[in-house]
Amino acid sequence: MSAILEVRDLVKQYPKVRAVDGVSFDVPEGMCFGLLGPNGAGKTTTVEMLEGLVRATAGSVNFRGAPLGAGYRERIGIQFQHTALQQFLTVRENLNFFSKLYRKPASLERVIARCRLADILDRDTGKLSGGQRQRVLLAIALINEPELLFLDEPTTGLDPQARRNFWDLIREIRGEGKTVVLTTHYMEEAYVLCDELLIMDHGRVIARGSPKRLLSQHYNDVVVELPGAALNGRSEWPFALVQRGELVEIMTADVNATVSTLLSAGVSLAELKVRPRSLEDLFLQLTGKELRG
Amino acid sequence: MIDTPRFARLAAMTWARSLEFLRDRSALGWNIAFPVLMVGAFAMVFSGPGQPLFKVAVIADAPISAELHPFFGAEHVLFFKEVAGEEAIGKVGHHQVDLLVDLRAQPGRYWVNEESAKGETLEKLLAVAGGPKLERQATSGERVRYVDWVVPGLLGMNMMFSCLFGIGYVIVRYRKSGYLKRLNATPLTPFEFLSAQLISRLTLTMIITVACFVAMTSILHFRMDGSYLDLFVVTLLAAISMTAMGLIVAARVSSEEFAGGVLNVLSWPMMVLSGVFYSLDGAPRAVQIAADVFPLTHLLVAARAIMLEGATLAELGYNVGALALMSVVFLGLGTAMFRWTQD
Repeated sequence: MSAILEVRDLVKQYPKVRAVDGVSFDVPEGMCFGLLGPNGAGKTTTVEMLEGLVRATAGSVNFRGAPLGAGYRERIGIQFQHTALQQFLTVRENLNFFSKLYRKPASLERVIARCRLADILDRDTGKLSGGQRQRVLLAIALINEPELLFLDEPTTGLDPQARRNFWDLIREIRGEGKTVVLTTHYMEEAYVLCDELLIMDHGRVIARGSPKRLLSQHYNDVVVELPGAALNGRSEWPFALVQRGELVEIMTADVNATVSTLLSAGVSLAELKVRPRSLEDLFLQLTGKELRG
Repeated sequence: MIDTPRFARLAAMTWARSLEFLRDRSALGWNIAFPVLMVGAFAMVFSGPGQPLFKVAVIADAPISAELHPFFGAEHVLFFKEVAGEEAIGKVGHHQVDLLVDLRAQPGRYWVNEESAKGETLEKLLAVAGGPKLERQATSGERVRYVDWVVPGLLGMNMMFSCLFGIGYVIVRYRKSGYLKRLNATPLTPFEFLSAQLISRLTLTMIITVACFVAMTSILHFRMDGSYLDLFVVTLLAAISMTAMGLIVAARVSSEEFAGGVLNVLSWPMMVLSGVFYSLDGAPRAVQIAADVFPLTHLLVAARAIMLEGATLAELGYNVGALALMSVVFLGLGTAMFRWTQD
């Protein structure tokens, strides 16, 4: 699969901090590409350099094999996490306004249908719910029928239902063959939506691959969860334990043997849960930090 | 040839900003109500016999003192230095000063308006003061009511606030809320964005100013001796220069509080020193020179000259030139300094 973006040795040096420190990767065309990292990892700066909004100190970003040029903004769409719109304008007026900023705007009817905005077209953008607002911002990002779409934490602050509805929208867009670069704080979102992930920390790439491949590369075990109190205060076990709040997690490749050991020690298994390793585990292992710090 | 996409972007941005302003009823209402209320209040307060102070303009090489002429020792009279010329005599004609004394030649001369009661009183004071006899020069002219004089000041002041805050504050709000970052992600250029802000603000400010002027003149019947077109040109130039001043303030700041402070630092001295409410005649020369750096000063001098003395643009070359120069310099600086996001 050809790369729509090629990033080579990208560096961003601010007066007191090196935010991005020699990052290289490709964004394959037609994929949903996830960028993860704890706060301060350099992912926002990296994305802003990919968007052409921040100038790199060193390194290069190529779009379809050529440096980002004057016409780049005609070909990409961006949905920012924090952005205001022109006050006192309706959804329809805002869409009209943004469509006029592009040489080849998409059909407004198509954008409206795609983002399910028909019912709120005449509503003041200042009076929208969180989910409606995110759909309007997505519509604006799609207003020029972009080849490459950047989504910056698009579901932050949405309720679970609205988040899932938004995921459906992103899947539809991805299904149309568009390339999506997604930054998110939600591991589940990254796992469900992204074909490929890049995990950054301290301005560097620390892992890359599809979610399943990353998990299989790093783990061949599962997690057994139990309330800490169920262990009856015993601290010596033939397997490793990790305390997480009131829960204990046992990482094991042999569930049967682990359960047998627990049973023979008189541990109650009433609240035992077994789950596969998650991106959250991987992220924690790689960065040493919770994603939401 | 017109670049169609560029023009479309400029038009779209101008239209969006204008709609935003027109639908913000509180801001729009205030922009219209403020000058009307101010002029009404001033018309009421100053519709009586006027201020009790006598004003005497003096043209002399030496400092003004009783040694120069005993008349200058009179109490309750403001004596101040004036620059020789027709303008000085015109001020007597318009009752802006009550007497003009010129001591550069021997014998000295004085000008008095024969229709001015204050002038007549001062003439009597001069006669009993003693000292070298001065030659009498008579002039005449209709009295300029304070309201005639203050109207350009109030409209100019309203325009100043509208231009400075309407541009400066709005762009800073856009930057702080992330809207500028959103626009930066589109093909819209800084030049197109700033031009749209300028055009929208200028158009609305000029419409509001003209509407206020027409409405108020139909009630208070202001004096208008000059050309409406000349007045429009001067007002437009002043609006451009003051809007461009707002652009400079908004070029990089993203704190509304800081921008508000800077805009106040600019607008208040301008309001005090540009002669909105009181003439700067009699103010120290340094203050008059300092006031020359403000576009509002040139607007008020030119507008009053057109309205009260029938001056033409050619006669107001200095003020018109200063406004044009300020417009170009401020626009250039504002555009060069502009950033979509905070540094």
